This record gives sequence, C-alpha cells and structure tokens, in this order.
Amino acid sequence: MKLNKRFRVTVENRGKIGGYLFTLPFVVGFILFFLYPFVQSIIFSLNKLSLTTEGYELEFVRFDNYYYSIFTNTEFNQAFVETITEMVIDLPLILAFSFFAAILLNQKFKGRALARVIFFLPVIYSAGVVLKMEQNDFVTQLMKESNINFMFSGEALQVLLKQTKFLPDAMITYVLKAVDNIPVIIRSSGIQILVFLAGLQSIPVSVYEAAEVEGASGWESFWLITLPMISPLILTNIVYTVVDKLTRADNELVLLIKDTAFTGRGYGVSTAMATMYFAAIAVILGIIFKVFSRYVFYRE
Amino acid sequence: MKRAIVLDFVKDNVLVREKIKKWLISIIRAVLLIGISYIILLPLITKFSNSFMSVRDLYDQTVKWIPRNITTEHYRLVWKHMKYPVTFFNTFLLTTVVSLLQLFSCTVIGYGLARFDFRGKNLIFALVILTLIVPPQMILIPLYLNFRFFDLYGLLPGTGFNLIGTYWPFILTSITGNGLKNGLFIYIMRQFFKGMPRELEEAGYIDGAGLFRAFFSIMLPGAIPGLVIIFLFSFVWQWNDYIFITLFMGGGAFLPQALELVANNVIIEITGGAAPTEMQGDQYTSLLNNTGMILVIAPLLILYAFMQRYFIESVERSGIVG
Repeated sequence: MKLNKRFRVTVENRGKIGGYLFTLPFVVGFILFFLYPFVQSIIFSLNKLSLTTEGYELEFVRFDNYYYSIFTNTEFNQAFVETITEMVIDLPLILAFSFFAAILLNQKFKGRALARVIFFLPVIYSAGVVLKMEQNDFVTQLMKESNINFMFSGEALQVLLKQTKFLPDAMITYVLKAVDNIPVIIRSSGIQILVFLAGLQSIPVSVYEAAEVEGASGWESFWLITLPMISPLILTNIVYTVVDKLTRADNELVLLIKDTAFTGRGYGVSTAMATMYFAAIAVILGIIFKVFSRYVFYRE
Repeated sequence: MKRAIVLDFVKDNVLVREKIKKWLISIIRAVLLIGISYIILLPLITKFSNSFMSVRDLYDQTVKWIPRNITTEHYRLVWKHMKYPVTFFNTFLLTTVVSLLQLFSCTVIGYGLARFDFRGKNLIFALVILTLIVPPQMILIPLYLNFRFFDLYGLLPGTGFNLIGTYWPFILTSITGNGLKNGLFIYIMRQFFKGMPRELEEAGYIDGAGLFRAFFSIMLPGAIPGLVIIFLFSFVWQWNDYIFITLFMGGGAFLPQALELVANNVIIEITGGAAPTEMQGDQYTSLLNNTGMILVIAPLLILYAFMQRYFIESVERSGIVG
C-alpha cells in the first residue's frame, strides 16, 4: 500500500521511477552478460589462454595476437576485405529491392495478403542452422555454379557488353554480379521490407490528397512526400542491413573467428580478430550515421 | 455539332488510355510478384520434392520436380536418426520458454525507453544498439566461462556453479533482454509504444491506475500486433539457433544439432561404417539434409501459417518508424 502511494506522487517522479524500473532488467543483464564478457574478451585478446580443471590461466602477451592476425595470418586480411566488399555490393541492392517491394506490397490488388505472406517467408526459412546447412550443401553449390553460367554473367554476354564500351568495365562487372545475386538479395530482404512497409503505411493519406489538390503528379509526390517521409527508415534499414550482413553466422570472417577459437592459435587470436572486426563495424556505422543523418528528414 | 463529337472522341480516348494504363500496371505488377514469389518459394519446393525422391530418381536426369518413384524412406531414416520426437520436444520446450521470457522483457524495456523521461535514457538506448552490433562470436567464450564457473562474479562463495547443460544461461540472458537479437526486439517495441497516443495512459493515471496497471491493462492490449512480431521472430531465431545452443547445451539433444549430424549418421547405418558408394555420395547427403531441413522448418511454417493473419495485420498497424 505504501509502495503504491509513492508511485503516485507526481508526474515527474513517475517518469523517473518508471523509467529506471522498466529498464532495470536490461541494465543488470547488460552489465552481467554483455559488458563483463565484452571487457573480458578484450583482456583475453592480450593474453594467451589455456584451460585448466579449475578454470583458465592467462599469460600476458601484449599485442602479439593482434600482430599475428594482421601480419602472420593472411586469412584474416583476406576474409576482412572480402566480407566488407560483399557488404558494400549488396547493401544498395537490398535497400533498393526492399523499398521497391514495400511499395509494391503497399498497393491495393487482389491477393495482396498472400503476396505479403510469401515475401516474409525467407525470414522464417533462411536463418540459423538452415542457412548454414544451405551454404555447405552440395546441390545448392551446384545450382549456384550452373546458375552463374546460365544467367547473365555468361561469358559471351560479358564479352559483348565489354566490347560495346558503353559502360566502364567495373560497372559491367557490378551489374552482372548483382544480377547473379538476385535470389540472395531477395531472400535477405524480409525484415527491411517489413520496416519500409510499416513506414509507408504511417504516412497519412491526407498529405497525398493535399498534394493532389495542388496539382502534384504521382511522380512528384513520390520524390517530395514519400521519400522524405520515409528517409529515417532508410537509415534504420541501412544500419540493420550492415549489422546483419557483417554479423550473421554464415559470414566468412565470423566463421574464421569461430574456427580460430577452437583450433590453431586458439582463443587469444580469435578474440583479437573479433575485437578488430568489431572496431571496424563501429567505424563503418559511425561514418554511415555521419553521412546519412544530414539527409534524413524528421517529422517532429 | 462537330465540336461536340470531337470532344466526345477525346473524352473516350482519354478513358481508353486510362484503362490501358491500369491494365498494363496490373500486368507488370503480377509478373513481378509472381517472379519474386517463385524465387522465394523455389528452395522450399526443391527441398520438398527432393525429400520424396527415391535414390534412382535422384540420379535420373529426366526427373526434375516430380519424383517418379515416391518414397517416404528418407523421412523414416531421418526421423529415426534425428530422434525427432525427443529433439522436437526439447527444442519446443526451450524455444517456448525463451521466446516468452524475451517477449516479456523486451516489451517492458521497450516501454521504459519509449514512455519515460529520465537521466541516462539515451545512454541506455545506445547500449541496446551496442548489444546489436557486437558480433556474438566476440563474447561467446567469456560467456561460456562465466556460466561454466558461475559465481556471480565473485559474489557467491567457492568456484561457482556449473550452469552449462541447464536452461539457466538462456533464462538469465532472456529475462534481462540480452538474448539473441534482443536489441532489435527492444528497438521495435520502443518504436511501437512511441506510436501509441500518450492520452491513453494519462487517462489511466487520472482514473487512479498505477504504473504497472497502466502498462499491463492499458498499453499492452494495444500493443498486441507488436507482441506478435516479437514473439514470432524470437521463436524462429531461437529455434534455428545453433551457436548458443551448442555452446550452452552441448550434446545433440536439440533439432539444429541433430540436423547437422543426421546425414552422416544415416549413411553410417546404411554402409555399416564402410566408405559410401557412389549411390550414397554427395547428392544423397544433400537429399538427407533437405529432408531434415523440411522436418526442422515444418513446425515454423505451421506457426507462421497460424500467426500470419495477425502478423500481416500488425505490419499495417505497427508504425515501426525511425
């Protein structure tokens, strides 16, 4: 009874007490199950770790593990560059596709509900262990290879395109790679479509009606209403896609980090790699925020 | 007189053009939708038809989609070697517990971040995002060691308890909103609550409701669409997770682990340990894997089928906005 009374005191008090009370579980969990292991992992990266029956022993080796990952072990640099390149290639494609798909799914047509159910299916079947098994699957690999020959990167077309000299070579390679990647792009866009779709539906119809009365064409209202209104979500989706691409379990570098932990040079090197990788992700996200937040329009 | 006819003609023309335009748009849309749906459904259909093929069909070039000799033999073998009823039950129990806990904790935390003004709110929100961008592999082993020798960081006496092989690591991380992808769930719920009108709670407070009453009986019912999204995602990701389950549970008592081993085990049974013949080679392994994957995904598809109505509805109402 007493407790109840205290909660009801004032509006400002309610804000403070409520805020701390509701977020307390997270703060406790963050310190115990995230921050502590996180700091420990950085400490491990400066040590050589060996397991004993009563726990583990650490031997301080300074930055040896870092030197080793960068200079001695060539796999890390290679996997790093490949992972980042792949992310840079896929990011614009995923964004463009999910935006386009959301606009498509937002229109009124027969069978819309069914189309939506299908479009979000990859979220269900393309995750975790199933995704991992697919990566290693013999037939999937085979299909991928035959697809590459079958689809547009067929050599004849490539040569033909390059001979026409309309576009720079790098661009042609990018486009061809993009075309080959279509199934992957479509299957990893589920959540992004969801976010865009929700955003499109939150734009009040009255804004479009007002524009129409003023004589704006559909094209104009897309560029002047839809795009600015949805720009915060473009940023959200960029961040989600970058994080998802860089931390998902079938990512080459993540696999390398995991394999290194249990074989070869052991856990110290693995954490050193992970720490550097995390720092790189943080820098990339920082740059993205810096560049894109200038273009984002907030309604409030 | 002539003028009226011309006008009429122009009017008709415009109408016809409008009609053609509409037709064209819906045809293009239908083509796109069918094409994309095909790409999305292709792997599911391939796996499904593959899993009923006899080995003869597998190597028959003329058989592509529809098996000529339908067999359920693979299902029998995979079912047996995955110990499907047991692993299914284990996975179902753990996943249900974990996703219910995460549903609760992420909703509460998201609400706290959405509705109250207090010092440190932005910091806590930044920390939520931080948990999302750190690759889980980075903290795997310290986390393992902490649960292996769990002494609450020196607060408990002795060398601590061994929590590995129990539900505790999952329960503790889930109830505090630090489980798999929980940052995303907290983010979604925060956006969701932000989109709900403040007047709802204000009215509740004026009528004498306390903090918890306002949250549970006023805000939660309105947030059901958001809860559906969170529950579905959390369930799916936990069900498919093999990283944390291997780390914390070991053994092979769960579906993801059973799936990874099943092809190998079946082939060993058939060959009796000898080297596999060509008929039991890579394609056969892949067929067994496909069958196993169907068995793992099937419950999720059923769940999705039941929830999709609420799920699609919730997309309409969720307002997951920047």
